Amino acid sequence: MSMAGFGYTRPATLDEALADLAKHGPDAKLIAGGHSLLPLMKMRLASVGHLVDIGRLRELKGIRDWNGGLAIGAATTYREVLGSALVRDRFPLLIEGLDDIGDIQVRNRGTLGGSLAHADPASDMPALALALDAELLLRSSGGERTVKVDGFFHGAFVSDLHPDEVMVEIRIPASPDGAGTSYVELTQPASGYSLVGVAVVLAKSGGTVSHVRVGVTGVADHAYRASAVESTLMGSDGGSAAIAAAAAHAADGQEVNSDIHADREYRTAMATAFTRRSVESAAARAT
Amino acid sequence: MESVALVVNGVARTVEVEPRRLLVQLIREDLGLTGTHVGCDTSQCGACTVHMDGVAVKSCTVLAVQADGSSVTTIEGMAPEGGLHPLQAAFWEKHGLQCGFCTPGMIMTAADLLASDTDPDDDAIRHALEGNFCRCTGYHNIVAAIREAANKMQVGAATSAEGAPR
Amino acid sequence: MTIDMLGERVKRTEDPKFITGKGRYLDDIQMPGMTHIAILRSPYAHANIRSIDTSAAKSMPGVIAVFTGADIPYNPLPMAWPAGGVAGIRNNINTPRTLATDSVKWSGEGVAAVVAETAEQAHDALEAITVDWEPLPTVVDAEKATQPGAVQLHENAPNNIVFEWTVGDKAGTDAAVDAAEVVVRQRIVNQRLIPNPMEVRGDIGWYNPGTDEYTVWMSSQTPHIQRLLLTAFVTGIPEHKVRCISPDVGGAFGTKIFCYADMALVMFASKAIGGRPVKWVEGRRESYQSTIHGRDHITYLEIAGKRDGTITGLRVKTFANLGGRLSTIGPGIPTTLYGRVLSGCYKIPNVYCEVTGVYTNTTFVDAYRGAGRPEATYVIERAMDLFAAEIGMDRAELRRRNFIAPDAFPYDNPSGLGTASGGAKIYIDSGNYEPAMDMALAAVGYADLAATKAEAASRGKLLGLGFSTYIEVCGVAPSKWIGAVGEGWGAAMWESANIRVHLTGKTVVTVGTQPQGQGHETTYAQVISHELGIPMDDIVIQHSDTLGTPFGYGSYGSRTSSVGMTAAIKAATKIREKARKFAAHMLEASVDDIEIDGPNYFVKGSPDKKKTIQEIAFALDLGFDPPEGMEPYLDETAYWDTPNCTWPFGTHVAIVEIDKETGQVDLVRYLAVDDVGKKINPMIVDGQLHGGIAQGVGQALWEGAVYSDDGQLLSGSMLDYAMPRASWFPDIELHETVTPSPVNPLGVKGVGEAGAIASTAAVSNAVMDALAPLGIRHLDMPYTPQTVWHAIQTAEVSR
Repeated sequence: MSMAGFGYTRPATLDEALADLAKHGPDAKLIAGGHSLLPLMKMRLASVGHLVDIGRLRELKGIRDWNGGLAIGAATTYREVLGSALVRDRFPLLIEGLDDIGDIQVRNRGTLGGSLAHADPASDMPALALALDAELLLRSSGGERTVKVDGFFHGAFVSDLHPDEVMVEIRIPASPDGAGTSYVELTQPASGYSLVGVAVVLAKSGGTVSHVRVGVTGVADHAYRASAVESTLMGSDGGSAAIAAAAAHAADGQEVNSDIHADREYRTAMATAFTRRSVESAAARAT
Repeated sequence: MESVALVVNGVARTVEVEPRRLLVQLIREDLGLTGTHVGCDTSQCGACTVHMDGVAVKSCTVLAVQADGSSVTTIEGMAPEGGLHPLQAAFWEKHGLQCGFCTPGMIMTAADLLASDTDPDDDAIRHALEGNFCRCTGYHNIVAAIREAANKMQVGAATSAEGAPR
Repeated sequence: MTIDMLGERVKRTEDPKFITGKGRYLDDIQMPGMTHIAILRSPYAHANIRSIDTSAAKSMPGVIAVFTGADIPYNPLPMAWPAGGVAGIRNNINTPRTLATDSVKWSGEGVAAVVAETAEQAHDALEAITVDWEPLPTVVDAEKATQPGAVQLHENAPNNIVFEWTVGDKAGTDAAVDAAEVVVRQRIVNQRLIPNPMEVRGDIGWYNPGTDEYTVWMSSQTPHIQRLLLTAFVTGIPEHKVRCISPDVGGAFGTKIFCYADMALVMFASKAIGGRPVKWVEGRRESYQSTIHGRDHITYLEIAGKRDGTITGLRVKTFANLGGRLSTIGPGIPTTLYGRVLSGCYKIPNVYCEVTGVYTNTTFVDAYRGAGRPEATYVIERAMDLFAAEIGMDRAELRRRNFIAPDAFPYDNPSGLGTASGGAKIYIDSGNYEPAMDMALAAVGYADLAATKAEAASRGKLLGLGFSTYIEVCGVAPSKWIGAVGEGWGAAMWESANIRVHLTGKTVVTVGTQPQGQGHETTYAQVISHELGIPMDDIVIQHSDTLGTPFGYGSYGSRTSSVGMTAAIKAATKIREKARKFAAHMLEASVDDIEIDGPNYFVKGSPDKKKTIQEIAFALDLGFDPPEGMEPYLDETAYWDTPNCTWPFGTHVAIVEIDKETGQVDLVRYLAVDDVGKKINPMIVDGQLHGGIAQGVGQALWEGAVYSDDGQLLSGSMLDYAMPRASWFPDIELHETVTPSPVNPLGVKGVGEAGAIASTAAVSNAVMDALAPLGIRHLDMPYTPQTVWHAIQTAEVSR
């Protein structure tokens, strides 16, 4: 329970936050909802010299139209996203995926950007963002850049976010017309995180699969797109046989995690099982 | 030290804290409101649940400084002195507590649930308690208590609507 | 007008404070000048301490003092219940010291402590202590620890053996097994559990330099026992110089029965720093290392019988893991409370059990809800299902053929209850097992099981139904038995109560038992109100403080209602007798002519001319005009030692569905028929059953402490130890039969542990029933998805 000491500032603007980050250098960390960072600090597993609180910056909040898709402020909470009619209308996948994250209290405080920036290999948001082809707007005092979520995660708790950068926005392009989506997970019973979580966006055109994205979390040291699954499905009829054949590739190329809750063999098998189930469900929902 | 100004159970308070102080420590130790409990150190058990700006949060996973400017309600503020919130009454009526340690957090989480879903079924109630552990009751009577409170609150809402000026 | 509330679903009188946040648990206590102590715990499971450097820590901000084991002159903690009852048995005892001095035996054993102004400062300073460790090899598995070549933990315990205990008739059982038509053998593991009351443990020590007295607040089930143990055995401080107080206790389940090193530490520290109060509260992860664990048996069972379903013998060999050093009654649990009830509710003529208590590099193991009896029930109930499967007989029919008959009581079971040393006769005094089983199986639709399974199969699920027909021994216990040399814990087990009816008629009952959430204040008041006719509102139940309550052994073993409340009834009886005598004096009648009806005392035939007990108390307490030889005040104390334990029983049924592809197990239905005798408050009884059932289900499906080979607790926090959640349970359906216990006037048996004792085996049998079509005979718990999935894979490969 007892954390080591640290400094704290709560800048009023994003520019001030960036200046704070630059000033404190690698010693500084960002905090928004705190639900990724504080648990580690309480176990004295993360040591932090200075916390910059960006949880209230208006520039990082809100949900708006973005080219027919949505741009979601990085410090928007799960609760705010789950309550958004726009999200419900355009990205039911987010509703399905985020409704089971943590618990009521966590969803009230936790933020989308915080989860992505933390790059926890077992959290749900990275898989959802991968399946949705999301992009991230990152800003530092030196300027801003946009990166694809695909490629953003480098390892367990390691991402492409630089120490002097703040994630400003998560941009989700419109999904193809008639796309079906699904998120299914096998939960680690103690922590509530995912042993395997599979997010799928799938669209058909003329009786064949014309678009498919499969984001997988919990299986490897970071969330990834199951590209072999996607390529096997593309152009297929999207029927059960094709789905089963594709799902067998769910963990291709991955160094699969192994722990007391799911050893490598079981986790690999579940990556396939839950990929099959999630793709089946998305395909059934596609129109 | 940082100065934290917040409204707790309707009373404005200002407390000087180290940045590492948690909201739960401020509530329990600085303000002496010990109805909010600490049952774990991994942000899971929910015994520390309070309402911050109207929503349930785990006060062990909020820095006191993050609550600056907020309005906080704890179990002690759920009803006027001498009165009971319908959830408190229902937990008593339905034997929804044994040792009582998880109870304040359970009630605060249930209040958040009932604010958004006035008529939850048992599955919804059990799902809403995902972040609150109880080791005594097997949850059976907690679920019954929350269902009872929802029923009473619906009746109460209907009654007060009828009684309201038209 | 008094309304008799005995047997009613009375709302609990303790609840208003808890639902409004006004409970007062240990960590809620703040005192002027209070300091905080934090304990440095070993990162190694087995290591020698070469040296400890505390110099840097001593100069950290806010630090008041730093201690190591060498600073503390106290004795090791006491061993209160060695394995006994067998001629010549040896116990190779090692218990913890306040802080370890030269070596550590488990990851988490305390080696140094910092007292500081704040808890944060104390924890900061822990990081500045350096220990020069000499890491040693480790062993965590009890069976492996006894084998040649295993690392030796203690010089006085060859092969890491604490004791080798036996019970029953070896020759007769060997012969029965040898001669049997059918013998079924199985190795089964009853995995280690972490009890997890929602309130962790903590203590506050305060030494008063003015009076040379100590006060120790502790989250404990046994404040009187702790005062005794801490003074007479650990610190050498005179018993009358120490007061122990247990405030509101946030759940315990056994963990708070025991004498822990931290209790002595806060006493020592408070005196060492000149008398400021010292508070210690464990963190949850710390608790996983510093508070006892439960279960952890490896058992080889053999059950023998005839093809017609007659069981003729049960032979059991168990390795009981007791941890790196022994907790207060660790050895008593897998012996007396396990081996002596292995044959359950069955008439098995030959039973023999060997238990080897073993040291390993793990946290100590002691009583956790049920304590020995869940392990025994698991063994016999798995054995019955395995035997039924082997001979192709219906599981219910096999049980029916072997139940102890309802006319066979009192029944001496062959694992030695009736032959316990000390001359005490412990026997199963009552029971009627078949109706409870029939009721449960009818209620759950056992006859339609095939159709239920087919329906689930149509949804792609493997459905299984399992049940356990359990008995438990509780309400421990007669002093003559439990306290007999070599059998129990060398102490008596009576209970006590004092009742005072004050001038105003308000009544104070002080008791030696100690609630942890069971609603004792309500149920004691129901009983006393019934006995004296005084309204519940006029009665207060006081407990938990060695100052002002009579000595008592505390609450565990489901004993408070059967033992403690009987003491209270005895005190109430004395109150009534004295009140009756005084009423005779007031009414100028002979005592024999005074009749009592609830609160009213009157001369036979003249109920209008009555004195109420509260009027009698007023006059007697004033004491202006007592009759010759009568002392003033309506104040009586009584002690009660029960002649026998109590024997709840019943049948629990679970239905599970398994997803064959993922191995996920869902508990879809749970139904119980329990016979816990008469009920003081059925609402509270139901609640105790719900909670016990949930804990037992938790063991079967989710919970388990897991150590790495080098003694690191891999399930070291709630992130890796699966605490059962609300959404994992269906509603729990409760039914009853009522066979009053003959050994106490209330006819109660106790209900704190029954749920936990019965449910694990029921769920386990359900999972095995679901998997049986795949050829899977037995799996060890918990039935996590990966465990079940691997078993299914293996089964399918071999088919």
